[in-house]
Amino acid sequence: MKPFAITLDVGTSLANHTGSWRNERPVYLDRLPPCNAACPAGENIQAWLYHAEEGDYHAAWQEIMQHNPMPAIMGRVCYHACEGACNRGKVDEAVGIHAVERFLGDEAQKKGWTVDCASPSGKNVLVIGAGPSGLSAAYHLARLGHAVTIHEAGPFSGGMMRFGIPKYRLPREVLDAEVQRILDMGVTLKVDSKVDDIQALMKDGGFDACFVAVGAHLAKRANIPAGDASHILDAVSMLRGMETEAEPPLLGRRVVVYGGGNTAVDVARTAKRLGASEALIVYRRTREQMPAHDFEMEEAEEEGVLVHWLRTIKQIEDTTFTVEKMALNDDGWPEPTGEFETIEADTLVLALGQDVDTSFLEKVPGVNIAKDGVVDVDETMMTGCDGIFAGGDMVPAERTVTVAVGHGKKAARNIDAYLRRFRYKPPPKHEVAEFENLNSWYYTDADQRVQPALDLIRRQTTFQEVLGGLDETNALFEARRCLSCGNCFECDNCYGVCPDNAVIKLGPGKRFEFNYDYCKGCGMCVAECPCGAIKMVPEEN
Amino acid sequence: MTKAKTKSKAKTALQKVKFYQTGTLTVGNRLMDEDARSVQASMDRSNALTSGHRACQGCGEALGARYAIDAAMRAVNNRIVAVNATGCLEVFTTPYPETAWSIPWIHSLFGNAAAVATGVAAANRVKGRKDVKVIAQGGDGGTTDIGFGCLSGMFERNDDVLYICYDNEAYMNTGVQRSSATPPTARTATTPSVGDKPGNVFGTGKNLPLIAMAHNIPYVATASVSDLHDLETKVTRAMDIKGSRYIHIFVPCPLGWGTAAHDTIRIARLAMESGLFPLFEAEHGEVNSSSPIRRQVPVEDYLRPQRRFAHLFKKGHEDTESIARLQAMADANIKRFNLLRKHNQRDEL
Ligand SMILES: Cc1cc2nc3c(=O)[nH]c(=O)nc-3n(C[C@H](O)[C@H](O)[C@H](O)COP(=O)(O)OP(=O)(O)OC[C@H]3O[C@@H](n4cnc5c(N)ncnc54)[C@H](O)[C@@H]3O)c2cc1C
Ligand SMILES: Cc1ncc(C[n+]2csc(CCOP(=O)(O)OP(=O)(O)O)c2C)c(N)n1
Ligand code: SF4
Ligand code: SF4
Ligand SMILES: [Mg+2]
Repeated sequence: MKPFAITLDVGTSLANHTGSWRNERPVYLDRLPPCNAACPAGENIQAWLYHAEEGDYHAAWQEIMQHNPMPAIMGRVCYHACEGACNRGKVDEAVGIHAVERFLGDEAQKKGWTVDCASPSGKNVLVIGAGPSGLSAAYHLARLGHAVTIHEAGPFSGGMMRFGIPKYRLPREVLDAEVQRILDMGVTLKVDSKVDDIQALMKDGGFDACFVAVGAHLAKRANIPAGDASHILDAVSMLRGMETEAEPPLLGRRVVVYGGGNTAVDVARTAKRLGASEALIVYRRTREQMPAHDFEMEEAEEEGVLVHWLRTIKQIEDTTFTVEKMALNDDGWPEPTGEFETIEADTLVLALGQDVDTSFLEKVPGVNIAKDGVVDVDETMMTGCDGIFAGGDMVPAERTVTVAVGHGKKAARNIDAYLRRFRYKPPPKHEVAEFENLNSWYYTDADQRVQPALDLIRRQTTFQEVLGGLDETNALFEARRCLSCGNCFECDNCYGVCPDNAVIKLGPGKRFEFNYDYCKGCGMCVAECPCGAIKMVPEEN
Repeated sequence: MTKAKTKSKAKTALQKVKFYQTGTLTVGNRLMDEDARSVQASMDRSNALTSGHRACQGCGEALGARYAIDAAMRAVNNRIVAVNATGCLEVFTTPYPETAWSIPWIHSLFGNAAAVATGVAAANRVKGRKDVKVIAQGGDGGTTDIGFGCLSGMFERNDDVLYICYDNEAYMNTGVQRSSATPPTARTATTPSVGDKPGNVFGTGKNLPLIAMAHNIPYVATASVSDLHDLETKVTRAMDIKGSRYIHIFVPCPLGWGTAAHDTIRIARLAMESGLFPLFEAEHGEVNSSSPIRRQVPVEDYLRPQRRFAHLFKKGHEDTESIARLQAMADANIKRFNLLRKHNQRDEL
């Protein structure tokens, strides 16, 4: 008889299902990257950077276009809340998302990329205002198969992107090309056609729904006693004049701009370029309290724009301005000090904000104008009048191009649902990928790529674009700085670090799966996943 | 432009940029060429040590052994025989008649793996099987203590064997007794944390990589489960050399060290980044490369998460003197192996 042991056939350990040891199990998940969570237009930034990382710029651009029809504009003028939220900011510097977006937008213009539209729905939608919000709504509605007509009061499309934002930040060729692509989708644009009676127009034109986005164009005034000889303008008409008048506005040598927002900064920088030897911003509070963004202030100061903080303009006599010094009280509010000084200037430009012209909406039954002159909308962006939606600067929200574009998208999806008689349900939001969910060890060190800037002389004398774009090498580098927060980027770490071979690699683009027969639940995959795309959940029993 | 065209354009673009998001720090990287990725990233890696083994959750030794043997198999077209010393790696893989090894594999005794491997190599030579390579492997106890005589003999004769030591710094399989690889102050079953200098004492133990180098063998290297690419490179290099080769791999043991199962790689990384476990290579007794520290940490960061060092951090009774002595050991390694030079980014291939 043989000894006991060697009578047994050798078998593989695969018969031993060590998964039964587990009391927690790893599961793959997509977390919401903080950039996406912060984007007012609802872009899936991580997803388009993922394509850009591979050099597939066309796919990256198509992903942006799911949410935002104007990447070349957005990459230039968006205040990029995404970058403020970017997790890479905690490693070295945030990913230069806007610079990559701009590269993709410009690439699309060069290559003439287009998007597909759904088959015609037979429905007609009226859009009022060809600003970013109206254009965004028109684009999304057209993609969804609806016929769209835009009525625009002004002689050109673009809204504040043309009548506000100066050329040196947004060249008009870029703006025109982005708008043209939307028109090429079959959207009809009627310029010089101010809408006065929405309901009559809807009836006559056979429109099934309407999106109103007329912006906020009425300049706020200040009560400053001034003699007749004083030259006072408001920021919106001055900037608009740059676009619509044959000659630029006459400002004189010394220009004072009153206000502390981005508009004030744009006016001062424009004045500089028009030949003003002195462009001075007067603001009643401090730099920290200024709504203008730091980077814009820095660029303006580089160009020679001066600022007087904590000052109010009390009186103007010809070219002599009397200003009072202010001081912050304990609550951080500016209070008069009773100390005065004088400034000499040829022109005053008021940049104190804008109100919405709601007069033509007041006649529409059901539409409710809120206290501060903006129009109330519900969570579907519909006003109190059935079938009339509104968005952008004229509804209560932050006033930016990106918010306006986001409103246009949201309204379009809800109008689509309204026309097709269902209720649009936005997909549920994933939990946010916090920095603590990442394992930053795995990312190589890499500084943000810097966009080239125009030389100072030309910045002070011409309207050429100040910031240049990244070339392809740098755009690709920048895209690859993305940490892919919360979304698997197929680094194979989980597949590699599992001591039990309990991770199954499904192949390129297909990600991974757990083999729960053998996973002991050690959690190493979770700890070593660079981007936080796995989490442990308790085992049921 | 069609999508296919965009893709092919992309391909040329990829070559221009020398930055890969994670470089070779992750196991794989979809942006890099297949052959620049690790063996472990491959869908057809051999999984020499397969699922169903009975190692603890988060076992560093199971991980290190699969990393090493898969790389060795890739290097020599799967033609290897492994000889295993007694220890966790043998017990958790092969409770006879069941085995997790998918390679020819022999176990004899605790202390004789090097001698058995010498015998297998001799048999191959006699049979003219030049293509089959021999690997011997064991724990730190089996290597630095009981198997040390056989191993030194194997080195001295320059037998054609790669010996891999999986160092978890104690006799884990029998319940965490001290070995000559146990670091000073560590608590084990035989160096309890009692008395005024608790844990293992300073001034004892031996450094096997340096002893191996003193035998003038062609290749000696240290490696860690926290740096897979480095580990695979070293195993691959070793498989390409004839004669005695020695690789000493750092493999944390959650059970014996009192660490969380998910922390195994993190702990190994901290050992590397503090300087306590330097990664280097030596040929014929001369160190010829080392891996610079990327983000240096004090030894405290490495010691604190481990319960075997908990007595060093008792509230109000911190053993600052011992911590300083451990830091001095790390500093000596940093100096000796030049670990703080500027890191040469490895993704700039
Ligand atoms: C100087 C300046 C600089 C700015 N810079 C930036 C920036 O860098 N980044 C950023 O994100 N935001 C910036 N903004 C804010 C941004 O431009 C606006 O928030 C955004 O344009 C609002 O979009 P909208 O579509 O709601 O309205 P608008 O852009 O104002 O467009 C409304 C359009 O409706 C038209 N219209 C009005 N009434 C009627 C009517 N009755 N019938 C038909 N058409 C009508 C108008 O002519 C206009 O074209 C800036 C604003 C200004 C003033
Ligand atoms: C001659 C002999 N003495 C003692 C033992 C019991 N024994 C089996 S494994 C082991 C410890 C192994 O420690 P190590 O080599 O460090 O491997 P680990 O289990 O830690 O991986 C001991 C003492 C034995 N098998 N043979
Ligand atoms: S690292 Fe990438 S995914 Fe994460 S927040 Fe920044 S851009 Fe978004
Ligand atoms: S470890 Fe890598 S491969 Fe695995 S889920 Fe995370 S990102 Fe994806
Ligand atoms: Mg051991």
